[in-house]
Amino acid sequence: MKKYSSHHVGIVFVLMLLAGSCQNDRTISFNDDIRPILNDKCLRCHGGVRASGGFSLLFETDAFDTTDTGRPAIVRGNHAKSTLYQRLVSEDPELRMPQDGDPLSETEIEKIARWIDEGAVWEEHWAYLPPTQIETPSVPENDSIHNEIDVFVQESLKARGLAASAKADTLTIIRRLYLDLLGLPPESRDVHKIEIGVQREGWESLIDSLLASPHFGESWASMWLDLARYADTKGYEKDSNREIWRYRDWVIKAFNDDMPFDQFTIAQLAGDLLPNPKEEQLIATAFHRNAIANDEGGTDDEEFRVASVIDRVNTTYEVWQGATMSCVQCHNHPYDPFRNEDYYTSMAYFNNVVDRDLYNEQPKLLSYTGETSEYVAEQVQWINTHLPDPYLLEPNSNIRATYEALLDSLDYTYLEAEEFQSSGNYIELIWPDLDMVWQVMDSNWVKFDSIDFTDVESMGFYAATALHHAGDISIHLDSLDSEEIGRIAIRKTGEWDGWQFSRPPQDLVKEFKTSIQSVSGIHDVYFRFWLGDTYIQHLFYLDRIFFYKKAAPWKNLNPDIQKRIKDLSFIKPTTTPILQELGKDKSRKTYLYERGSWLSPGEEVKPGLPGILEGNTPAPGDRLSFAEWLVSPANPLTARVIVNRVWEKLFGRGIVETSEDFGTQGSPPSHPELLDWLSRKLVDDFDWRLKPLIKLIVQSHTYQQGSAVQPQLYDLDPNNVWLSHYPRTRLSAEIIRDQILGTSGLLNPEIGGPSVIIPELNIQSSFIPHWALTDEENLYRRTLYIFWKRTDPFADMITFDSPDRTVCTSRRVTTNTPLQALNLLNDEIYFEAATTMARDFYRSGQDMEEVISKMYRHTTLRDITPQRLEYLMNFYTQMLDSEDAKQSRQSSREEYALSLVANVLYNLDEFVTKS
Amino acid sequence: MDLFEEARFRKAKHNTRRHFLRNCMSGLGALALGSMVDGNLWAHNRFTNPKPHFAPRAKHVIFLHMAGAPSQLELFDYKPLLEELDGQSCPPSLLEGKRFAFIRGVPKMLGPQSTFSQHGASGAWVSDYLPKFSEVVDEVCFLKAVHTDEFNHAPAQFFMHTGSPRTGRPCMGSWVTYGLGSESQDLPGFVVLISRGAPTSGKRVWGSGFLPTIHQGVQCRSEGEPVLNLENPEGISRDDRKATIEAINAINQLEHEAVGDPEILTRISQYELAFKMQASVPGVMDISKEPDYIKELYGINDSDNAFSRNCLLARRLVEKGVRFVQLYDRAWDAHGAGPGNGVGAGMRESCAYIDQGLRALILDLKQRGMLNETLIVWGGEFGRTPMMEARTGKGFLGRDHHSDAFTMFMAGGGIKGGMTYGETDEIGFSGINGRVHVHDLQATILHQLGLDHEKLTYRFQGRDFRLTDVHGHVVQSILT
Repeated sequence: MKKYSSHHVGIVFVLMLLAGSCQNDRTISFNDDIRPILNDKCLRCHGGVRASGGFSLLFETDAFDTTDTGRPAIVRGNHAKSTLYQRLVSEDPELRMPQDGDPLSETEIEKIARWIDEGAVWEEHWAYLPPTQIETPSVPENDSIHNEIDVFVQESLKARGLAASAKADTLTIIRRLYLDLLGLPPESRDVHKIEIGVQREGWESLIDSLLASPHFGESWASMWLDLARYADTKGYEKDSNREIWRYRDWVIKAFNDDMPFDQFTIAQLAGDLLPNPKEEQLIATAFHRNAIANDEGGTDDEEFRVASVIDRVNTTYEVWQGATMSCVQCHNHPYDPFRNEDYYTSMAYFNNVVDRDLYNEQPKLLSYTGETSEYVAEQVQWINTHLPDPYLLEPNSNIRATYEALLDSLDYTYLEAEEFQSSGNYIELIWPDLDMVWQVMDSNWVKFDSIDFTDVESMGFYAATALHHAGDISIHLDSLDSEEIGRIAIRKTGEWDGWQFSRPPQDLVKEFKTSIQSVSGIHDVYFRFWLGDTYIQHLFYLDRIFFYKKAAPWKNLNPDIQKRIKDLSFIKPTTTPILQELGKDKSRKTYLYERGSWLSPGEEVKPGLPGILEGNTPAPGDRLSFAEWLVSPANPLTARVIVNRVWEKLFGRGIVETSEDFGTQGSPPSHPELLDWLSRKLVDDFDWRLKPLIKLIVQSHTYQQGSAVQPQLYDLDPNNVWLSHYPRTRLSAEIIRDQILGTSGLLNPEIGGPSVIIPELNIQSSFIPHWALTDEENLYRRTLYIFWKRTDPFADMITFDSPDRTVCTSRRVTTNTPLQALNLLNDEIYFEAATTMARDFYRSGQDMEEVISKMYRHTTLRDITPQRLEYLMNFYTQMLDSEDAKQSRQSSREEYALSLVANVLYNLDEFVTKS
Repeated sequence: MDLFEEARFRKAKHNTRRHFLRNCMSGLGALALGSMVDGNLWAHNRFTNPKPHFAPRAKHVIFLHMAGAPSQLELFDYKPLLEELDGQSCPPSLLEGKRFAFIRGVPKMLGPQSTFSQHGASGAWVSDYLPKFSEVVDEVCFLKAVHTDEFNHAPAQFFMHTGSPRTGRPCMGSWVTYGLGSESQDLPGFVVLISRGAPTSGKRVWGSGFLPTIHQGVQCRSEGEPVLNLENPEGISRDDRKATIEAINAINQLEHEAVGDPEILTRISQYELAFKMQASVPGVMDISKEPDYIKELYGINDSDNAFSRNCLLARRLVEKGVRFVQLYDRAWDAHGAGPGNGVGAGMRESCAYIDQGLRALILDLKQRGMLNETLIVWGGEFGRTPMMEARTGKGFLGRDHHSDAFTMFMAGGGIKGGMTYGETDEIGFSGINGRVHVHDLQATILHQLGLDHEKLTYRFQGRDFRLTDVHGHVVQSILT
């Protein structure tokens, strides 16, 4: 130290005093001491968005690089020579940093000075470093320590002068386990048996049986479906229906089968790129086909294709890396070490999928499900055995593939008109099923790729219209402007109600056949539509295009077989949109978009990882290797992020509270060692299986302790970060409804299948797709099966804080509103449930105190306290004498009064809360 | 959520809770609860009540959205030249680089289908489609050169109300209650009323997006159950409901004593509020007791005009302290696709439907001295083209969607009356001065409520979001 101006001397003096009073021996840690200061005070101007003065503190290289002054701002080992320090203490208001804010505190300045003097050692943010190898602690024999988790948790409690609570009572833990693992209450008669079972054999066998229940997958799928932004419609204006429920069932099954999380990851992100992918692996890729899509006329398909790719990048990083990449689309991340180009190198992995916001959602997997599958299999079998010369059908688990093979062998060839690969601007499909071309306007067109025209003599167009001469279709090969090879006029096929807007009945769809010039080989074919003699709204509906080939074998079959083939072709398969990679010759280039706008492509980029995550691994070459990298030992985040989600589902709050953001702006882990230990355990000991992880957690004392809060805790740990008691959390929307249906006995526990439309959704019948279930039997299915209309989701869900599933959502924010009270009090189904439950209990006994106690226990899985019983008995008596009871249509006043008691139970805090 | 966010959110919950404890506790040991809440539980809270960033000019907003987008060229933006050009082909220069939803080829120009004249001291041009409204033009400020980024209904509606064409963002009413809280003790702070059908964008256009759902718009219906689940199940009287809620709250109180979770107190107050809403909402929605002269003013003594009724309801709601009332009237698309769907007779009919209600709302608020604290905003999600669209070729004249220039108006709430701001070219295709982007309009609305649109933010997915994204300027020249 040479010469100081007077104010520097003053500061240094203060610093020395401060230093003397602090624990001078401890080295300053960049992550603990310095990064919080920089994030809070400096990065706004010297971060990812702006680097004022050519100085940025986001990356180590930038921080020590030459700034606009011509030299670096930090001189390792010498704070006095470091501009960073000088500018913090400068008395010149034009120089002093932060420029528009209050100066840093003396302690903060002192820390920075010491950090520089100690060599300005840079550390990466904890989340970007691989999980540390945490030594497995020894587990002492102790009532309040069941396993390693408790050792970690209780160490941090102890360090803060806190202690764990005593174990909760058996019934309480049973309720937790049912709600957490199955999302359902136990079936009524089992409760006592379960209690006895636990008392005799301990918890393990109950936990195992719950983990083995097929309802486990339903409950954990609910969590995943928020991340997958799963819905039954496409979002945006028309919000047309999207048949994608087989993905939901895939998720349920994956959880039930305890599919290791690495396989679960790879299947969803790149199942299509696996060698010989199975049907299930293709369906898994529908994960990213849940992105919203736009069917509105006049919109640019490329704009919305890009939007869905961007959504896939954001979703992938949020779901697997707890990283908020959406900022990086336009500029460097303001706070986390992601550069703008990182976004686009990541985008390159997702930019080569075939789908591009087409109305028909191609590419799709076609399959038959349920009874239809059996019927089609039977028919295909019958047809084949009745052929004069039966073809050797290759057995295939996908009956649709067998059926297509049969049609191919008979040269029975047609296209569904709605399955075009591109079209003019204003082509629209008819809802609710989007299964016909509808908005056919003058000079508009649709195009199908790579059609074999060899031996095609004529073509049949299945169309419907109520106009006299609605229009013509001309046929062109390889270019819209090429000479037509055929033309057909479409004339009136009949009239039906609302013919301008609604799907024609199938018997009014007629075939219009025309011969075509003979051509051979494979061509792209364009169908162009021309105005006829009138024009109202659109020309005609086009359903199917048939190709008649010379000497097609099917023509020689007897009429019965021909009819069966034709009938079969009108049975709609289940469709599931899937990912499919473009061939190498068609692959797209990816560009950095200036300021995030797809209209301003900049430099071309190659697939690659964000620098901070790359480590020493070579960048994955394609989507499959990207998915494999996510679950490879080289990735520091994936295991932590999923462990944290599991923890969050069980405790209502993650070890990292911001489960969507593990970056520097997220909250730091409350129990970093526990998080890393569990992450390692998941990968090394459990081979990425979640069930053993869940089992370990729910067996811990931390999970099984009581939930009562001692008042002084609100001062010490108001948010229960340190888990001195089990956190009470409000149940999710799904569980609240399922619990009501379950306790009342109304629940239909069937698993899987198409989504269900219930009257409460108020969906117009003309919007209901053919595949949705609407029958009475399905009214009381579990909530996750209810049809999810993005622009108007099930009110019960939204009222209880579910997201609308437009984008990936990691956490639901819990609110507490009067609309929730009105929902639970007055909802028709909930009141029906109360009445049903009351009726059953009324018939079960004579003594009302006993009946009410039993009903309370059944509903809340608790023994009733004397005071509660007194309140409920008083209420019951009051209701017996009420005017309503006298007029009630229920069979007795007693039943009326008891149904209101049930109504009370369904509204209690202890019912909607997991405690 | 980061810490800041967490604190903001807690603040929202806290205020709701405090508010209810202060105002809504009736006979459940309010004193004890109050002291507990104020004593230690919220000692960590860094924030006080939500409050404006600066002194507000308006306390309430009534936003009248004409879903489907009315034609400015038939209503306010009078273009004599367009009349002359009627039937001629559109100059190619207008079509260059433009996208339309349905127009193809070279369309013909379409002159105004209505008759214009000047009104009021301000001499504002209004057509004969809105004869009654034209009497109050001196209260109104016309924005003649509003423009948007979107040219299809749903995205443009989302854009108008959430600042983004995609779903998933909070709408203006949610932002406002998030920023300012509610003034009403027994009504939601943000209410939605609908006439002639819901907007194409669906209910999410009044959703709270990523904001806590307590900020979502509550749809009130003037027929049937005014709010979803507001009515008791059949056969349950208000007395029995009261007893039910008392039983629920009494047991919840026991639970609170046993476990000490403050969330239970909130639940208790929410049940009290639900019970109050069961009385207050039907009360405010019941217009039968309004005096005859008021019914006459709105034109609902012998008609069931839902728009007029919604205008009256809007006034009643605002009077009770509701912060943001959003009306949607859906009958305004005008492609000329058939009778009733054009800018001729069809639009004339649509205008007749809203004409009296519009005038009545302005006059009624004014006579009550409420107009200066209530900001009225009227408009569609975009405008219509000066070119003709004749889908059917059967003589129904229509116009396509047009995002470059359209008219909206504002009144009251610190906005200059009798003013016209902005101007379009000779055929009404583009704004030539005083252009107002949708984000500017949003910034201005927030500004009148005392909110700085750049400071009203919420962190989601690692980013601070605003209603106006990264855009928006307050239109200073129209402020009083």
